[in-house]
Amino acid sequence: MTGPTIAAPPTRAPEDRAAARRRRRAEAWAEAAGAGWKVWLVKIVCLGVIDAMAVYAILVLLTKDSVVIAAAVALGILAINVIYLKPGLLPAKYLTPGLVFLFVFQIFVVLYCIYIAFTNYGSGHVSTKDDAVNALLIQNQQRVEDSAAYPVSVLEKDGALFFLVTTPDGTAEIGSADQPLEAASDAEFTGGRAAALPGYTTLNFAQLVANQATISSMAVPFSTDPNDGTLQTRDGSTAYQYVSTLVWDAAAGTMTNTQTGVVYTDNGNGSFASADGQTLATGWQVWVGVDNFVRAFSTESIRGPFLAVLVWTFVFAILSVATTFALGLFLAIVFNDPRMKSKKYYRVIMILPYAFPAFLSALVWQGMFNQDFGFINQSILGGASIPWLQDPLLAKVSILVVNLWLGFPYMFLVTTGAIQAIPDDIQEAGRVDGAGVWQIFRHIKFPLLLVSVAPLLISSFAFNFNNFNLIYMLTGGGPRFADASINVGASDILISMVYKVAFVGAERDYGLASAFSIIIFVLVAVISYLSFRQTKVLEELN
Amino acid sequence: MKVKKKGAVALGLLVASGILALAGCSGSTTAQPTTSGDAQAATSGELTVWVDADRARALEDVAKKFEQEKGVKVNLVVKDYGKIRDEFTAQVPTGKGPDITIGGHDWIGAFVKDGIVAPVELGDKAADFKKVAIEAVTYDGKTYGLPYAIENIAVLRNTALADSTPATYDDMIAKGRAAGTEYPFVVGLDPQASDPYHLYPFQTSFGTSVFGRNADGSYDASKLSIGDEGGQKFAAWLTAQGDTGTKVLNLNLSGDLAKEAFNAGKSPYFLTGPWNVADAQKAGIDVAVDAIPTAGGGDAQPFAGVQTFFVSAKSANALIANEFLVNYIATADVQTALFKAGGRPPALTAAFDAAKSDPIVAGFAKVGANAVPMPSIPQMGSVWDDWGKTEAALIKGGGDPAAQWTQMADSIAAKLG
Repeated sequence: MTGPTIAAPPTRAPEDRAAARRRRRAEAWAEAAGAGWKVWLVKIVCLGVIDAMAVYAILVLLTKDSVVIAAAVALGILAINVIYLKPGLLPAKYLTPGLVFLFVFQIFVVLYCIYIAFTNYGSGHVSTKDDAVNALLIQNQQRVEDSAAYPVSVLEKDGALFFLVTTPDGTAEIGSADQPLEAASDAEFTGGRAAALPGYTTLNFAQLVANQATISSMAVPFSTDPNDGTLQTRDGSTAYQYVSTLVWDAAAGTMTNTQTGVVYTDNGNGSFASADGQTLATGWQVWVGVDNFVRAFSTESIRGPFLAVLVWTFVFAILSVATTFALGLFLAIVFNDPRMKSKKYYRVIMILPYAFPAFLSALVWQGMFNQDFGFINQSILGGASIPWLQDPLLAKVSILVVNLWLGFPYMFLVTTGAIQAIPDDIQEAGRVDGAGVWQIFRHIKFPLLLVSVAPLLISSFAFNFNNFNLIYMLTGGGPRFADASINVGASDILISMVYKVAFVGAERDYGLASAFSIIIFVLVAVISYLSFRQTKVLEELN
Repeated sequence: MKVKKKGAVALGLLVASGILALAGCSGSTTAQPTTSGDAQAATSGELTVWVDADRARALEDVAKKFEQEKGVKVNLVVKDYGKIRDEFTAQVPTGKGPDITIGGHDWIGAFVKDGIVAPVELGDKAADFKKVAIEAVTYDGKTYGLPYAIENIAVLRNTALADSTPATYDDMIAKGRAAGTEYPFVVGLDPQASDPYHLYPFQTSFGTSVFGRNADGSYDASKLSIGDEGGQKFAAWLTAQGDTGTKVLNLNLSGDLAKEAFNAGKSPYFLTGPWNVADAQKAGIDVAVDAIPTAGGGDAQPFAGVQTFFVSAKSANALIANEFLVNYIATADVQTALFKAGGRPPALTAAFDAAKSDPIVAGFAKVGANAVPMPSIPQMGSVWDDWGKTEAALIKGGGDPAAQWTQMADSIAAKLG
């Protein structure tokens, strides 16, 4: 018979495990809540504010059809809520604000720059295709030669707008977008112009303004013959007779010139082109793939100057770092000598060039280097006429001299610090072993110095690689290359060349400039990476 | 539970950054709601006008008047003139640009090419403006803007050092040398780009120009005339006046140095525009404005630059913008106010005639009467660069002027395609 059954050993059913997990989570929440309800309140309020802003931003973005950015904001806000509501994840809680800044002010900018590098954004291609079509159409409304001005009143009836015009011979005519002008014999005149018509309401200025988009694009056929053109008004008070020379066929996506009959089609490069290769002036932005990079390296008139500029950029950056470091180190050693008197005052004087704004110094130097009126030629060299900034080689020398002046105090400061940090007993040991002054410097001081200074040299290199201010203020990149198709000069570095390609002259080429920017970024990044790997070797000295 | 408190602090930071981030992402949220008609019916629109600081003061009154009479608010946004062109080009396509901006007429070609500027129909009012102003804003047979001021260069004479400006360049230099000052004549140049704009009157006096012109005065980009015989003669003249010749033209005498020299009484003659008159008078120089002497025997015609109001092609307020320009800015009172703010002769004939009582304005206007509008075709952008570079090389000397000049013309022609 059946006895009392032995209870089965308690096995944990899966649902039990889930319950336990839930319980643990609830405990964690409770504990977090127990941390003080005030803190929680602050947390919830802050998150609420952020969420509200994000929702608002997403709605606005969606109305503007920026789906991608809206999705990005949605993802971001979701991540933020998860990070701050989930217990744990402490590092993320601290890093998030910084990451948001990083994204908005750095990563977004870089990504946008990369995007531009793959488009033809620049002069003649600044907007969308729709904008280009609109611009072409308004540019090609030709006012009929010697046609009269028609005073116009805009009338409204049953939601449709009408033009009531006064013809040159004093009669009134009315028409709308789909109804050619016809005589309006019972129009009421005020001050010699037809102003009202029974059965219609005349719009006042505020109503005109409210409907201005419709009114300025309204074209009333002048007669039943389409070749007579249309009446249009630009200011709501006077209408003129226009004929359009370009017709846009939205279905076929073609522009047709009504006078010559030439048909222009989208050529895929952001312009309308005819069969024989004639393009209409206004184009639009399109994705062009790696075209800009290909152009930078393959177009002869760009490649030549680009390579020259590239070489000079490296020479400039390396020599700037080398000269400033050498001078700064020399002075640091000299002023570190215990026998040196009044070191304090010398050191203050040494710092001065570093204390003046570089912008100002470069401008002052530019004046001093003037060939005929500059202080250097006039006073120091007794009236010599040396073309400091006009000769390709001398311009480069001048830049290096000025950069030495601007940069040695910094190197002086950091090397002074590094030298003073080297313990004396190491040098003592060297001296006891019979090493000379030079040997001690060469084999003991200098390597130890480099351990702390090397990263600073790398950052100085990266800074000078993109030292736009100095070049722009001192030589403006000149003297100009005679054979280049882009405006670049012998003393231009990459960044100042990018500036000129993008913002100087009539032909702005933002796409090419962005492509150059990316090339610069890659160069600096690679060099910095390799250099930092090298400095690891130095660290083993310690 | 300190950690949690810190978490809240971090969150507070996040709120701040979130606000910033959203402000960055959704700057468009705060754009003024000047949507077209139906959505915002019955509210009066707004007009955003970009101006520089001088013009802003002059336009405040007319903006107020417009608001009173039409019930439309005019927002005057003060911009740095040097940045207007780039910002207008960048912002119009985004739909956040202004309805109207001021600018130089020589931007028109580039603006039209970019498709960011709309024509302004002046109608019969065109006849009320100076001919050169209308020619300048006309592009492709249409007027792209409303002109408000004309500027051109002339010879400023220090009356204490010279009693007149002779009709020919050589006589002027002789007279200048007779004055016994450090320089017989100054004009601001740049070591790299010289200054084709300031040297242009001498160039035209050799009977040459940059582009040929059509019957209606507009420039024809297909007729590059700069390399013609007159141009080559001008090139030889530049070398003769440069470092290897008389040294009158000095590349190292920049605009600022030239101005300084004239204001210090070191030169009786200074080729410059109205913008340097006030400082010369402040320096105590009694200034007279004279015609530019001829170097090559023909008329010395400087470039005329015409200051213009442009309407954005994407303006949602095209109607108000046109109303404001054609029926308010194109009035003698406003043009006179703008003249008083900027010191440049007005483009509207009635205002211009009123301004001519000032001998300085009259002097510039007299020279301006035979000025030629600076070409506004986009192709002009490809000219300046080579032009300035070559003139600088010619003034330095050391080459064959005619060959250098022809090479420049060929290089420009190659760029124009």
